[in-house]
Amino acid sequence: MKKLNEGELKEIKNFSKKIRKHILDMALHAGASSSHFGGALSIVEIISTLFSYQMNLNEKNKYLETRDRFILSKGHACLAYYAALCEIGFIKKDELKTFEKNDSNLLGHPVANKELGIEFSNGSLGMGLSLGIGLCISSKKKKSNFKVYVILGDGECNEGSVWEAMMAASHFKLDNLYVFIDRNNFQQTGSNNEIMSLENLKAKLISFGWNTIEIDGHNINEISNALNLNDKNKPTAIIANTIKGKGFSFSENNNSWHHAVLTKSTYEKALTELENYE
Amino acid sequence: MSELINFDQKSIKTWSLIGSRATFGMVSLDLAKNIEDLMILTCDVSTSAGLDRFRKSFPEKYLDVGIAEQNLIGIAAGLSSTGYKVFTTTFAPFQTMRCCEQIKVNLGYMKKKVNMIGLASGLVLGNLGYTHCCIEDISIIRSIPNIAILSPADCTETAKAIEASINYKSSVYIRLTGSQNNPIVYKNDYKYEIGKLIELKTGKDITIFSTGTMVYESLEAEKILQAQGISCSVIDVHTIKPIDSAAIVELSKKSKLFVSVEEHSIVGGLGSAIAEVNSTIKNSPEHLIIGIPDKYEISGDYEYIKEKYGLSSKLIAKKIFDKYKTL
Repeated sequence: MKKLNEGELKEIKNFSKKIRKHILDMALHAGASSSHFGGALSIVEIISTLFSYQMNLNEKNKYLETRDRFILSKGHACLAYYAALCEIGFIKKDELKTFEKNDSNLLGHPVANKELGIEFSNGSLGMGLSLGIGLCISSKKKKSNFKVYVILGDGECNEGSVWEAMMAASHFKLDNLYVFIDRNNFQQTGSNNEIMSLENLKAKLISFGWNTIEIDGHNINEISNALNLNDKNKPTAIIANTIKGKGFSFSENNNSWHHAVLTKSTYEKALTELENYE
Repeated sequence: MSELINFDQKSIKTWSLIGSRATFGMVSLDLAKNIEDLMILTCDVSTSAGLDRFRKSFPEKYLDVGIAEQNLIGIAAGLSSTGYKVFTTTFAPFQTMRCCEQIKVNLGYMKKKVNMIGLASGLVLGNLGYTHCCIEDISIIRSIPNIAILSPADCTETAKAIEASINYKSSVYIRLTGSQNNPIVYKNDYKYEIGKLIELKTGKDITIFSTGTMVYESLEAEKILQAQGISCSVIDVHTIKPIDSAAIVELSKKSKLFVSVEEHSIVGGLGSAIAEVNSTIKNSPEHLIIGIPDKYEISGDYEYIKEKYGLSSKLIAKKIFDKYKTL
């Protein structure tokens, strides 16, 4: 198994820091229109590992059939997605400032835009995994050999369609499919346990026939290692234990930051915290 | 005229005999021979869709996703985004309503092209109850942008619609109605173009717009009305969306009365599509909408329900006659 070396690890950490900075900037620019802050911060390390290291996806191969595909099924976490696309050269920094503004390409849920690297429109929960299955089947049939990476929310797993797709992915033996479940334990109006408990998610996924790995979703080494633990003929589910609002004292595990307004003073405080973030 | 499918007399007769669902299955075999990137997806309904031979002959072009329509549409969109020509099929209520939002997001909003075949729509499954009848599909799909709606008049036109959908610019919903021994409207190959209605009979007093199984019934109704001295045009509106507005405007100029006839709810279907155009016309003709009332009421076999709802040629003629007399 290929492990990250010190340099690679440092680079991904650095990338994560930039992502958090972009998230802060976009959230500030969004102003009163508010933004999905907490659920974007919980996937920063996952998205950073994927976009800066793991995936074969860049500005130059965006029309190639063989490029890897990414689907942000929990589309509301798009702040992290747009930030990553900016860092790898798809979205200009200035365009990030148009987030949720009139006529923007960057709405509060991703709208498919090939030029900007946004492959699919998402936002209605429970749809992304099915798309991923179609892509994985195509990749195998056409021997394009690309991989598909999907991020689901834990709240999103309330949707029945997620489980239709879970069943199908293992039935079709899609070992080119990697799904992260952002297990931050919260959904819009409360904890998973209050609203709809997922109980033993790992056991559920194993029983659905998935190669299932549970990790600390903020530990880049663990994320990267999990992506190497492929099991032939099985799709891989990575339960990423994360902290909603990760990175800032005011937002960590504070569900009022699910969708909230970032004021100038909180932004300044966050910037200071980000400087010292490890 | 057709490149993928052979519209010879034998095929047309066979299709009529086996009905629209099985016609889809038969035509699929021709498509598979000619289209390399074809994929047909079903939800455990291969037999009902007439796909048993297809499943055996072209397993690499066939995918059963189980009884999971939401997943069906997502997988179809994923395949489509990599260049596959994708058909999905299951019974009409499940093809359109169970996965309605997946259709909206993937086909409408994201414009991933998928051709959907709604099997046994309308009242043909009357014995099975209104879980399986489908009187709402046109209405529901019509409100989603970027999806064309085709409603073939007979099995010949079913084959035409399937063929035309492949290279059409947007996703397509093909609504199949009728049973086996489906009356033939088109006895020979003919020119079919999505979005262009077909005037089957030209008259001077009334224009009858019809779709699906009601095209044949309307042609029969026209004969009855002719005998009563009323001259009717009969139109096959095989494309409900995009509706042929220009042709409707032209027809309004020579019509004292518009009639629309459909095996679908009177809410949101052909009648509504015609009315939306008619309402923009100065001095537009009055419009009689004939269809299924806005309720789940009459149960029984296909012919019984159609008769009860007045969707037989005799009752259609009577409704038109009565209305015409009030003008």
